[in-house]
Amino acid sequence: MKQKMDVQQGTLALMVLKTLDVLGPLHGYGIARRIEQISGDLLAVNQGTLYPVLLRLEQEGAIASEWGPSENNRRARFYRLTRAGHKLLEAEKRDWEQTAAIIARFFAVKAQDLA
Amino acid sequence: MRALNRSFTRLLNLTTRRRGDERLREEMESHIATQTEENIRAGMTPEEARRHARLRFGAVEAIREDYHAEEGLPFVENLLLDVRYALRVLRKSPAFTVVALLTLMLGIGANVVVFGVLNAVLLQPLDVSDPQSLYQIRHKQWMIGRLLTTSYPAFEDFRQRNTTFSGMAGIYGYSHAALSWRNAVRNVHGDAVTGNYFDLLGVQPEVGRFFHAADEHGPDSAPYVVLSDALWRNMFDADWGVVGTTVELDKRPFTVVGVAPARFHGAERFVWPDYWMPMVMEGSDILHNRKSVAVTGIGRLKPGVTARQATENLNAISAELAKEYPETDDGQALRLIHPGLFGDDGDVIRGFLWSVTALALLVLAAACANLATLFAARAADRNRELALRVALGSSRWRLVRQLLTEAVLVSLMGGAAGLVGARLLLGVLNRSQPFVGALTVSVDARVYLAGLALTLGSTLLFGMLPAWQTWQSSPLQMMKNGPADRMHLRRFALRDLLLGAQIAICTLLVTASLVAVRGMVRALHTPLGFQPQGAMLADIDLSQAEQTGDTALEKRKQIIEAARGVPGVTAAGTVSRTPFTGGMHGIPIFRPGTTEFKLKNSVLAPYVFTISPGYLEAAGTRLLGGRDVSWHDTTKTPYVAIVNETFARKMWGETPAIGQHFIVSGNLTEVVGVTEDGKYHDMQESPQPVVYVPLSQSEQSETVFVVRSRRAPNEMAAALARTLRGIAPNVPITVESWPDSLRDELFPARAATVALGVMGLLAAMLAVTGIFGMAAYSVSRRMKELGIRVALGARRTQVMSAAVGRPIVLLGVGSVVGLLSGIFASRLLGQIVYQANPSDPAVVGGAVLTMALLGIAGSAIPARRALTVDPSKLMREE
Repeated sequence: MKQKMDVQQGTLALMVLKTLDVLGPLHGYGIARRIEQISGDLLAVNQGTLYPVLLRLEQEGAIASEWGPSENNRRARFYRLTRAGHKLLEAEKRDWEQTAAIIARFFAVKAQDLA
Repeated sequence: MRALNRSFTRLLNLTTRRRGDERLREEMESHIATQTEENIRAGMTPEEARRHARLRFGAVEAIREDYHAEEGLPFVENLLLDVRYALRVLRKSPAFTVVALLTLMLGIGANVVVFGVLNAVLLQPLDVSDPQSLYQIRHKQWMIGRLLTTSYPAFEDFRQRNTTFSGMAGIYGYSHAALSWRNAVRNVHGDAVTGNYFDLLGVQPEVGRFFHAADEHGPDSAPYVVLSDALWRNMFDADWGVVGTTVELDKRPFTVVGVAPARFHGAERFVWPDYWMPMVMEGSDILHNRKSVAVTGIGRLKPGVTARQATENLNAISAELAKEYPETDDGQALRLIHPGLFGDDGDVIRGFLWSVTALALLVLAAACANLATLFAARAADRNRELALRVALGSSRWRLVRQLLTEAVLVSLMGGAAGLVGARLLLGVLNRSQPFVGALTVSVDARVYLAGLALTLGSTLLFGMLPAWQTWQSSPLQMMKNGPADRMHLRRFALRDLLLGAQIAICTLLVTASLVAVRGMVRALHTPLGFQPQGAMLADIDLSQAEQTGDTALEKRKQIIEAARGVPGVTAAGTVSRTPFTGGMHGIPIFRPGTTEFKLKNSVLAPYVFTISPGYLEAAGTRLLGGRDVSWHDTTKTPYVAIVNETFARKMWGETPAIGQHFIVSGNLTEVVGVTEDGKYHDMQESPQPVVYVPLSQSEQSETVFVVRSRRAPNEMAAALARTLRGIAPNVPITVESWPDSLRDELFPARAATVALGVMGLLAAMLAVTGIFGMAAYSVSRRMKELGIRVALGARRTQVMSAAVGRPIVLLGVGSVVGLLSGIFASRLLGQIVYQANPSDPAVVGGAVLTMALLGIAGSAIPARRALTVDPSKLMREE
């Protein structure tokens, strides 16, 4: 249970990093919307869970944030990817691709391949 | 790196209490507002739009908690909360807290002091390179107080013939001299060592150089001296220029070649020599006389050689030597020990220290049992509070953690106080130097670690019990405050067990301290064969006057006469060496008619004392028959001697000894007197044969003057010193009262008495508080019941037995167990105390009496409270 949550949080973090990488500085709501658009239902219920993840990433130095005016002239906190965040994203991406490739290969295996 | 960075930020947040709460709130608001606007744009009513936005955002509080958890360190925060709460709880019951802290402080403090001494004496390695491969050569026979093992020639033979040692050095530890430098003169003591000594021990000089084997070329060839750091600082003001200059030792010039490092003091822990000089400077008697047993041998084994192989090798050499020199070498079997603690005294010291450590741990165990009872009782009293917390949703683990936090807090504070106390006490002990020789007990990292381990260990011991009880209990029962029969009984039984164990331990410790006191009293009253009380010892160094033969004798005669002339003096005489001053060894004697003076032909090897007329009277040794020696016994008259009872019995059995003959030092000698037996080398020795030969018939040059007087010692010392200076000017004179000079001999008994006395006292205090706590608690819990009983007409004795019966029964049972274990532990006590006998009626009686008094002291107040219970008042209360 706990483990599953960690995995989800991990993927969420990765999505945040990628979103910021692609779209540049964004506020929390914007990030949530983007991720929703791309991932469909993953964040449909709890957009708020994004904020602890953002905090964590900021503490790790992967992203930085500052206050700024939003498009509808509201004060919002904008997050942007740091240099360390870029590196982190690259590393995580490689990891994911590797993991995904391995898992894919396992799923592709049929009984006769192992005979 | 990332994780580190993050932990650091979190820690920072924790300490600065910085909170992103405001920021999160604002972000959340902004988020929801934006979503709402979007929803409205999508066509919802404002109401619906807001609701929808909130739903999509999720549980605000949960997110906030997550956010905080990310932000700070929740574990530490909870811990801080627990600590703050525990402090508040402890502050609310100051009496309990103070008692708990004091108990722990005493228990841990005592252990830290004992461990500090143990650490300094046993655990610290000697300050030489590779102490493990360093061995001391000893006779196979176990001999306390004797360090010297061979003559120098025999040592040389061992050194050259052995195949198992990479190096062997000889030490003569009784070297002493008057050191003069510029205008200062000082009596110093040091070691005369073979040239390879420093190289064997692997030490480097602090200043200058050491002497080496290559410096020795026969007698008097190496007039070099190495100063100890202390002597260099005290007498030479740590002057670097002193190296290379010449100083005088007993008027002979020596070149100071170097200064030893401050921490180096040879291979003996308790001895701090002032200087080291080459053995070749000690005089040709020591270097060539095989009879002069003056050398302690130490050696370093070759790599890969075991101590056993080396011992066999040495024994083979010893047997060879006995064949080659039958008159002097007895071929005694040898063994190897690690040096450092006065040879075989080490076994005694080790036994003593480990036993005292065991007893100190027992004190701590009793203290923990005490605290466990207290904490359990408190936890029971807080049942309602705890139950309430469980009912309000607190997890059981949380409660246990709370209780453990309290226990840890108390023990940490107690432990810290104990450590500080121990440190102060050790500081005082170090300054006042009560230890034999010189021993500085430093509080090093190991001692601190031991203190910490003891603290945490005791927390486990006394904190687990209440925690476990809380874990076991059900909130419902606790709320009802009902009897919860089965549980309750068991809990009570456990507490009884704790108190019983505590009392047993205390009885054991009280018994031990009584045994020690008895042992001390016995040691003080052991017949010594002389009366130190009222006698003075005067050490006059006549060797410098370069007197020989008649003039030396005349000088001594003059001094004795002068001393006798001092008002108040009743007797005066000289002896070669007073008892209990070490360095004694038997001299072989032969039956009349023996022609070959081989050791195997000798009948006895008594100690031989050279005395002047009047010594026996001055020393207070009773002459049982015959006459004292006289100045008229000279080398021209027949040789005479006085012997002690043991000698007479061993030689001639029931036949009267006076008039019999024996041969000592090659002279046919007639027995003219018999004295009482005594102790000569140490308190523990079996009756030893002793021969006294007259000064006027011997070549012995060493003398100590013994003067008996009726005046107060300090007054006498001054008068005597003045008179002696008048006769022997410009000669170092030291005058000391005999009991003072014997102080060290009683040190073990004294140390044991103090150590065990303190432990016994601590144990007694713990017993009182334990019984008091138990009785007071049971009275307070049963107040209501007692009130009903009184109201129904119970008699005073019945109330009493209901109130304090249980602790008293426990006291009885515990005391019996403690006494029995004391008797079974007599071997343990035997390690500590001379003539320990825990089944001695006086000891048993004393222990029983003590425990009874403690019981009365502990239960008096609660019993009074039970007796004065006022039923009407009590019934109205609830």
